[in-house]
Amino acid sequence: MRPLELYIHIPFCIKKCRYCDFLSAPSTEKERESYVENLCRKIHSYEKLSKNYFVVSIFAGGGTPSILEAGQMKTIFDAVRSVFQVEADAEITIEMNPGTVTRKKLKEYKDAGVNRLSIGLQSADNKELAALGRIHTCEEFFETFRMAREEGFQNINIDLMSAIPFQSVKSWERTLRTAAELEPEHISAYSLIIEEGTPFYERYSEGRHAEELPDEDEERLMYQNTKKILEGYGYRRYEISNYARPGYECRHNLGYWSRTEYLGIGAGAASLIENQRWTEDRHIQSMQFDEPSEAEKKRRTKGEEIKIQTLSLQEQMEEYMFLGLRKMKGVSKSRFESEFGRSMDEVYGAVIEEMTGRGLLEKVKEPLQADSLEKEKGYYKPDGLCESEDETDEYVRLTEKGIDVSNWVMSEFLL
Amino acid sequence: MAGIDQNKIRNFCIIAHIDHGKSTLADRIIEMTGLLTSREMQSQVLDNMELERERGITIKAQAVRIVYKAKDGEEYIFNLIDTPGHVDFNYEVSRSLAACDGAILVVDAAQGVEAQTLANVYLALDHDLDVMPVINKIDLPSAEPERVIEEIEDVIGLEAGDAPLISAKTGVNIEEVLEQVVRKIPAPGGDPGGPLQALIFDSLYDSYRGVIVFCRIKEGAVRKGTPILMMATGAKAEVVEVGYFGAGQFIPCEELSAGMVGYITASLKNVKDTRVGDTITNAEKPCGKPLPGYKKVNPMVYCGMYPADGAKYPDLRDALEKLQLNDASLQFEPETSIALGFGFRCGFLGLLHLEIIQERLEREYNLDLVTTAPGVIYKVYKTNGEVIELTNPSNLPDPSEIDYMEEPVVKAEIMVTSEYIGAIMDLCQERRGVYEGMEYIEETRAVLRYRLPLNEIIYDFFDALKSRSRGYASFDYEMDGYEQSELVKLDILINKEEVDALSFIVHAGTAYERGRRMCERLKEEIPRQLFEIPIQAAIGSKIIARETVKAMRKDVLAKCYGGDITRKKKLLEKQKEGKKRMRQVGNVEIPQKAFMSVLKLDEK
Repeated sequence: MRPLELYIHIPFCIKKCRYCDFLSAPSTEKERESYVENLCRKIHSYEKLSKNYFVVSIFAGGGTPSILEAGQMKTIFDAVRSVFQVEADAEITIEMNPGTVTRKKLKEYKDAGVNRLSIGLQSADNKELAALGRIHTCEEFFETFRMAREEGFQNINIDLMSAIPFQSVKSWERTLRTAAELEPEHISAYSLIIEEGTPFYERYSEGRHAEELPDEDEERLMYQNTKKILEGYGYRRYEISNYARPGYECRHNLGYWSRTEYLGIGAGAASLIENQRWTEDRHIQSMQFDEPSEAEKKRRTKGEEIKIQTLSLQEQMEEYMFLGLRKMKGVSKSRFESEFGRSMDEVYGAVIEEMTGRGLLEKVKEPLQADSLEKEKGYYKPDGLCESEDETDEYVRLTEKGIDVSNWVMSEFLL
Repeated sequence: MAGIDQNKIRNFCIIAHIDHGKSTLADRIIEMTGLLTSREMQSQVLDNMELERERGITIKAQAVRIVYKAKDGEEYIFNLIDTPGHVDFNYEVSRSLAACDGAILVVDAAQGVEAQTLANVYLALDHDLDVMPVINKIDLPSAEPERVIEEIEDVIGLEAGDAPLISAKTGVNIEEVLEQVVRKIPAPGGDPGGPLQALIFDSLYDSYRGVIVFCRIKEGAVRKGTPILMMATGAKAEVVEVGYFGAGQFIPCEELSAGMVGYITASLKNVKDTRVGDTITNAEKPCGKPLPGYKKVNPMVYCGMYPADGAKYPDLRDALEKLQLNDASLQFEPETSIALGFGFRCGFLGLLHLEIIQERLEREYNLDLVTTAPGVIYKVYKTNGEVIELTNPSNLPDPSEIDYMEEPVVKAEIMVTSEYIGAIMDLCQERRGVYEGMEYIEETRAVLRYRLPLNEIIYDFFDALKSRSRGYASFDYEMDGYEQSELVKLDILINKEEVDALSFIVHAGTAYERGRRMCERLKEEIPRQLFEIPIQAAIGSKIIARETVKAMRKDVLAKCYGGDITRKKKLLEKQKEGKKRMRQVGNVEIPQKAFMSVLKLDEK
């Protein structure tokens, strides 16, 4: 039995935000109904696979998952539990937007086993929110947050976004402080990327309306300030864009960077199982067969409807490095060796030396004990090399300077 | 094929301004005379190279022999020689014309006489050819044949009243063209019994047969076993085979005699021995003197060509050698650049020739190339009396050793409708042109004459001309010697290091502007790196322009959506790929295309 993370994609939202290129769209009640049915059917199709795993985290993302009725969410989780062995202390997160939940809904989520909420605030400035095309105000967010606390949610993330239109270094600081003063357990702070195919792309690509966006120096300053400001409130940056109080790091998120196996269910969801990666069909409609035809069933069981990429050892090593470097703790040399049978220095020694020389990477020794969260939960294969507490493991991680140019550094790890 | 009546032979070419339908007419003639059925016809039979078809231009001279049964009941042998259609190949054109007795002049019924029409007609008349005009594209709604006939008569002074009105595209009236060829183009002369005198108008290299020489027999005869001598190069050989040109194939025959057009093979190994324009004679019974007009063509434009992957240097050398087998005007010699490593300084007839060679190297030989900005040959007069012909800016002597410099100039004729005269004059002015005169050829059109430095027209003059005249201007030029000029070497420093491959020679008056634009352009081309990179333009030790590529900044800190790693990986792969296409100069990585960026300074 191995640990598994489940991602459930709910591609619905009330109104698509102007920057959003995720798979989501407004929907009708009927569409949502049939989507949930199909999700459950899909979950049941993993009956066989589920026998090899125990589920350590579930993340319902979107879109806006909280658009679903609490009953629908419960149906989905019930299906999951009927098929998969879900650990008693599994992290179960639902993403939500302010204004889409009621006290009753929250209560029902809690009853369905949800123990973590991720609420999208993005900005504490209503003007900035409007420019993003968000459906809520900052005040509505406060209301949602307060309700969530009152309903007993002890693990809440607030999503924030920097480098958005009309934002200043000052207003970003206000946003950060506003969020931190609510004392959530976790804060995600991503920077806006203008993606093709979004209204923002129309407006801002190729330097159009650049005056509305913070310039890159401001943007960089915002990133640097984020760490400083949040540290002042007791948050620790554990991943390039994620901050948490000790012990509240998002396990689901860390799992992606640690290459824990995960199964994505729903339109466009990505999976990593036994070193195979695939992404589900992005067409929401194709999830909506009332009953798949025999031929369709055959195709599905044969795994033909989607392209499966089997990762070579080389690709696994590449991923281990470029994904792992997103974690502030960095990548463990001993785990690399136990997973791939070759030492990290043998494969990447030259790159690491060069990057270290340029001050972009650093090597640090940490007691194996520091890996407590991972070890205690048994998420990771045991290192098997040294069990004693005073033994140390060497980690390679990005320096502050390296974080600034992380893609450039990470691309060096492609073989 | 002995015994062909000279009176039944017609040797001619087709001349036209670009796009007036030369190749299409050639196709129709070949089709009409039944050499190929229309099913076998691939459009534009005579343009063999893929590149020629693609660009719609003729690069190499070609010839085809066809048999036409005329209305008088007699069978005539037509040798149609297709001439290259670009000013870069003017000399080849002149030799092809010298192989003919007459020319069909194709004029577009809508556009009328253009710059190349004039240039080509004058060239043909210089070679004593009888020119018969043909009005093409009469199927166009905008065709005005009467006006065009008048224009031909007024502007060129050719009788055009009975010019066939044709559409080469649809095939209308082609027969009339053939009939007029019989009537109007003279039969060749020459004494088949005299000493051999044959004009080489092209040659190509075949890996089995060696060099195949295309020639026109002016006097005497040649057959298998004839010992031949190339009078200019001095090469000698014994003829292995003679023959004539079928459509796309060589057809051997017994003998080629005075008045005939055909080919000779003689186990010659290199086209350098069979220069276009040279005279072939019988080595044992040589003719008194060679045919007039031979000259050795020299490259006009030079650039450095480097393999993108340094390890491919031997491949590039092999490829250039192979191309040279077929192209005596291509020159190259090894050179070394600090920035680009080992490569070649290559000489070309002009920019089109350069582009063609570059494309063929990339396509046919699968080479990834880095090409430096093309330049012309400057004459450097040193204070010690020495004169250097400078083809590589890096070799410019120290300014203290230079007395003065000269640059090549051309005489240009630009034909343009009157509304654009102002714009075109401005352009020529910007390019340091000296106005020499203007003539109205009709009420709304004029020919502008300018003397222009060659280095001002080799890059993008033609494009600029087209864009400023909305495509209405046409252009032709010929070399017109050297002129003293105030020239300086502009150096580019990247991160304070001079990049030799980016240096170029420029007129002192435009150096500042060029330097500034060059820095701006490079700033766009050079991606950000881990540190700030100054880009400077300098003349000697004086910095005249500066830009800065800021240090690499924001990296994607975006959300990794639902564990979709593939997207992230693609991004990193792109980044990695980008690094590969870079040249390391000092500790700066410069993308390969930056080395060509000097060419595009005029693009907005």
